Amino acid sequence: MTAPITAASLALDGGVLAAEDAAPEVAFVPSRGFWGHVGHRLVRDPVAMAAGAMILIVVLIALFAPWITPMDPYKGSMLRRLRHVGDATYWLGSDELGRDMISRLMLGSRLSLFIGVTPVLIAFVIGSGIGILAGYVGGWTNTILMRTIDVFFAFPSVLLAIALSGALGAGIFNSIVSLTCVFVPQIARVAESVTTGIRRRDYIDAAKLSGASALTIMRVQVLGNVVGPIFVYATSLISVSMILASGLSFLGLGVRPPEPEWGLMLNTLRTAIYVNPVVAALPGVCIFVVSIAFNLFSDGLRAAMEIRQ
Amino acid sequence: MSVIPDAPDPFVHDRGGPAQPLLSVSGLIKHFPVRKAGGKKQVVRAVDGVDFDVLKGETLGIVGESGCGKSTTAKLLMGLIERDSGQMLYDGQAIGERAMPWRSYRRQVQMVFQDSYASLNPRMTVEQSIAFGPKVNGVPGREAVERARALLARVGLEPKRFAGRYPHEISGGQRQRVNIARSLALEPRLVLLDEAVSALDKSVEAQVLNLLLDLKAEFGLTYIFISHDLNVVRFISDRVMVMYLGRVSEIGPSDTVLDAPAHPYTEALLASMPSLDPDNRTEAALLAGDPPNPIDPPPGCRFHPRCALAEGVCGETDPPLDAIRPLHRVACLARQPGSGHSAAPGEALAA
Repeated sequence: MTAPITAASLALDGGVLAAEDAAPEVAFVPSRGFWGHVGHRLVRDPVAMAAGAMILIVVLIALFAPWITPMDPYKGSMLRRLRHVGDATYWLGSDELGRDMISRLMLGSRLSLFIGVTPVLIAFVIGSGIGILAGYVGGWTNTILMRTIDVFFAFPSVLLAIALSGALGAGIFNSIVSLTCVFVPQIARVAESVTTGIRRRDYIDAAKLSGASALTIMRVQVLGNVVGPIFVYATSLISVSMILASGLSFLGLGVRPPEPEWGLMLNTLRTAIYVNPVVAALPGVCIFVVSIAFNLFSDGLRAAMEIRQ
Repeated sequence: MSVIPDAPDPFVHDRGGPAQPLLSVSGLIKHFPVRKAGGKKQVVRAVDGVDFDVLKGETLGIVGESGCGKSTTAKLLMGLIERDSGQMLYDGQAIGERAMPWRSYRRQVQMVFQDSYASLNPRMTVEQSIAFGPKVNGVPGREAVERARALLARVGLEPKRFAGRYPHEISGGQRQRVNIARSLALEPRLVLLDEAVSALDKSVEAQVLNLLLDLKAEFGLTYIFISHDLNVVRFISDRVMVMYLGRVSEIGPSDTVLDAPAHPYTEALLASMPSLDPDNRTEAALLAGDPPNPIDPPPGCRFHPRCALAEGVCGETDPPLDAIRPLHRVACLARQPGSGHSAAPGEALAA
């Protein structure tokens, strides 16, 4: 393509066919699309990439834990309790029952991730549904849905999770249910405000004018525009969820021993904190690192999605 | 000929014949409730009794200052907001009633918005945006996409280069072409252009205006063209309607209204256009101040507080929109015989 022709087609706003016919055939470059742009920008963000790598490693460990643990995570030994980090047999020490810490931490990542991520995923689906409906339909539907949601905001999320778990009884399933109930209102609120902002856009009016039903408009025109911001918010909730899930297990409302889970491990090891503080703190370090990784990744995602014009 | 299932063909499906207005609006009213400090309920009289016809095949220009109710009128005509009262007839059939439900009316009437960016979904390619309307009206996906590409070509955007682009990847003029293509995708008879070229550069604006004229002839369209730019309105319109504070102040053929305006407000609007002739420059603004608050419009003629011809009677009598010539109707007491205004023509002249 020669420079003068480019300039001419630019000046004519690409609108006059005669000018474009004169230009050499331009190969059609498929547009990257929105998610293509986001991905492109995300891989250039070193912090987000490091966090993403961290999450990937933990997920891989969780997936393959039963096969890659160096020792049996359930087998204890009264003689080899509370070994220190750097021990020849127990690389990260052993717990109060003499079980290998590294094996338990690896296996524990499964449950910790599962009860950390699952409630957020379920709440993402339910909360988005409620929020988009309330935001798009507006009026009385909005008032009823959102005021009901507001009731949940009256309780601090930790208290709500504990209260619900306590009422439902201990167990993994129940703690997932109670955590989902904690996150649905929060996600619904974000979904509602994002949808309300988009509902007034002209392209929604244009879609209405084409005779599309409200459901079609929500699915085709609204969903694609709101799912991104809601998803970013949801990823930031994963860290909260992991901490709350660990908290429930710590209180004996979540996972039960001898199943390894980071929160529960913190609880059982707390008696050993004066004997072997480093080993006792290890599950906490895991929770901290993984939740920070989720937070940083969601920050990076948000930054990458801020594409305008 | 038509690809939309049971879409009316603009050339064949004409119910009332050429003399019947395509759209006939009477007594259109829309008040928006507002709550002022102190909890007193008030209303903004955005559109306060508007009557006009849109004839088949014409372009009706609507002009007026910001806040005069142009855009509200547009939204009412499209059914995007509900009217408080008034009647709208589409080719002789009342819109919203059994003979012409909103759904079938909307298929025949489309709109092009001012903000070319906000009116395209940022997550959809240009082609998807255009094909959306036909798809929801039952056109198979592949056919809808083919039609979208054909329309892109028709509005001067090479489909190969533009079909797969996203709105932020093309220029403002190109986006507005896409919006025009989308509005044509459902094969409408009436297209409402709400400040459709106002945000464009002058050179691009001229191209888009010419495109609009070509499309109108090719597809047998009728336009309602809303703008604040009198030059553009003069160029494209057959008839012009001037609005002031939710009312029609003057309506008539564009040559008459813009060259020999009868309403003092139209005169002032025309005089406030900057002139290119250095000897003919106006120093003082003819229209001082803002239009009055539509929450509390002045009694009598709404323009009288800013009008050069205002007399006592103007503050008391609400001027009706009466014909002073065939096709030319004005809402001004000074032009209406027997109104009590000292400048009013005699009764004999009117006959």
